[in-house]
Amino acid sequence: MTPEDTATLAAAKLASLTILGGRDKGGALETLDLTLRPGDVVCVVGPTGSGKSRLLADIECLAQADTPSGRRILVDGAPPDARRRWATVGKLVAQLSQNMNFVVDLPVAEFVAMHADCRMVADGDRVVADVIACANALAGERFHADVSLTQLSGGQTRALMIADTALLSASPVVLIDEIENAGIDRKRALDLLVSQDKITLVSTHDPILALLGHRRIVVANGSVADVIETSAEETESRAHLERIDAVLMALRQHVRGGGRIEALPAAFSTFASAMATDEPFPWTR
Amino acid sequence: MRVITVAGPPSVGKTAVVLKTAAHLAAAGLRVGVVKFDSLSTQDDAAYARAGLDVSVGLAGNVCPDHFFVSNIDDCLTWARARGHDTLVAESAGLCNRCAPHIKGALAICVVDTLSGIHTPRKIGPMLKLADVVVITKGDIVSQAEREVFAFNVRKANPRAVVVAFNGITGQGAGELAFHMAQAAGFETLEGQHLRYPMPSAVCPYCVGETAIGEDHQRGNVRKMAFAGDGS
Ligand SMILES: Nc1nc2c(ncn2[C@@H]2O[C@H](COP(=O)(O)OP(=O)(O)OP(=O)(O)O)[C@@H](O)[C@H]2O)c(=O)[nH]1
Ligand SMILES: Nc1ncnc2c1ncn2[C@@H]1O[C@H](COP(=O)(O)OP(=O)(O)OP(=O)(O)O)[C@@H](O)[C@H]1O
Ligand SMILES: [Mg+2]
Ligand SMILES: [Mg+2]
Repeated sequence: MTPEDTATLAAAKLASLTILGGRDKGGALETLDLTLRPGDVVCVVGPTGSGKSRLLADIECLAQADTPSGRRILVDGAPPDARRRWATVGKLVAQLSQNMNFVVDLPVAEFVAMHADCRMVADGDRVVADVIACANALAGERFHADVSLTQLSGGQTRALMIADTALLSASPVVLIDEIENAGIDRKRALDLLVSQDKITLVSTHDPILALLGHRRIVVANGSVADVIETSAEETESRAHLERIDAVLMALRQHVRGGGRIEALPAAFSTFASAMATDEPFPWTR
Repeated sequence: MRVITVAGPPSVGKTAVVLKTAAHLAAAGLRVGVVKFDSLSTQDDAAYARAGLDVSVGLAGNVCPDHFFVSNIDDCLTWARARGHDTLVAESAGLCNRCAPHIKGALAICVVDTLSGIHTPRKIGPMLKLADVVVITKGDIVSQAEREVFAFNVRKANPRAVVVAFNGITGQGAGELAFHMAQAAGFETLEGQHLRYPMPSAVCPYCVGETAIGEDHQRGNVRKMAFAGDGS
């Protein structure tokens, strides 16, 4: 191992990350002093164009008032000096987004082994098997270790990326930009990242995913408008929403399998007519 | 005059990288002039001009592009000075992987993209191996794992270089690259300076326009390849 590799691994240790406010799109001050620690899962919500991806990018580059938002990011409570900042960037953060794909044409196991090699993990074969088993637990359809990466479906690809990032990437921070449509088990995916002591930020438009975080950051007009702790009531709401989601998922499977949907569970019509009234939704109040 | 060579295979994102980084350099008060070297044609000058950057183009045409570069780079510096710039960025494409335009003492940047496959860093040669900074683009469309394996292979090919991950579309990485570019060494002139890697000394009929195939035309510096099964 070269001295630089040792430094790389050392740089990957992180006790906290602090986001300090900048300015919104209109130039008004943003009041924000938010500290994240390993094991935190924070969701980022907000309308399209509000600045969710901007916030993730500010963290990625350890912004020092030099991005459009003017935010500053502290590492372990202090601003990194320029040299340390640029030496740290890229080692701190792993990213996952909907646009990403595998482009190498190699069998899954061979490629994951290659990744394990460059991470210099001791027990390579076991880690490779773990990554593939994890990915299969997250994805709908199982895939074999010998299948080519480029033959994986969208959901399988996303599942493998998450499992690989959790178990094989050294980065202590994981940024996930909108993966809700990937058809993977989102709760298990987040649990996996938490269990590896990563700081995880997830930008999302999906209410269930938003409630899966410990906290959620609400972005509007380029600045953080609120930071909400997920309450016990919200976690309870999530349990109900997940049941509805499971039914829709089952319907999806049914349609995929060529089925017709001419009869629905009786509860559905009760539910639908209850929702069809002119009364405002309870959460609008 | 800061002199910076930016080299890399075709279409990896060199222009995108220079454009995004130049915005940071301009904000820091640097006056950047760009020269684009290419073999046959380029549209890059329009892209630079659109961004308000002063640009000149050098097309090698029927001359070896690497030789063309080295015969003109000092004139580029003269041009940039006359135009009031303090930073000269020379983007070159169309060079073959055998050579590198990098100059001893001048900041040497090599741009590669993650899409080209994880073994590419080994294939590129002195353009990458002798660079001070290796910029890796298009990480936004490949998996984190491939990015890490690719960066690892870049470090293996060139352990000395600073590696910068860059998104040519959003400009992610531009702040970091600008930090390195702003520290590029300055030159009064490039006269007397040396390339980091010698260009081929071969002179053969094909160098001067021969097109016919056959032993009769292979004079001067000719090297024949060995085939599988030879000498067994
Ligand atoms: N997705 C993605 N596309 C990129 C990135 N960087 C550049 N591109 C795109 O790649 C294409 C080629 O980019 P250029 O900057 O023209 O490449 P170049 O190396 O200057 O090309 P030549 O000078 O013609 O050899 C353009 O369509 C860019 O928008 C990146 O990081 N991600
Ligand atoms: N505080 C700010 N000041 C100036 N510009 C900003 C600020 N925040 C965000 N922007 C800019 O606004 C644009 C839209 O932001 P962004 O892409 O982050 O939106 P998003 O919330 O991710 O949207 P989507 O849900 O569609 O992905 C970007 O160009 C971004 O740089
Ligand atoms: Mg976004
Ligand atoms: Mg170009």
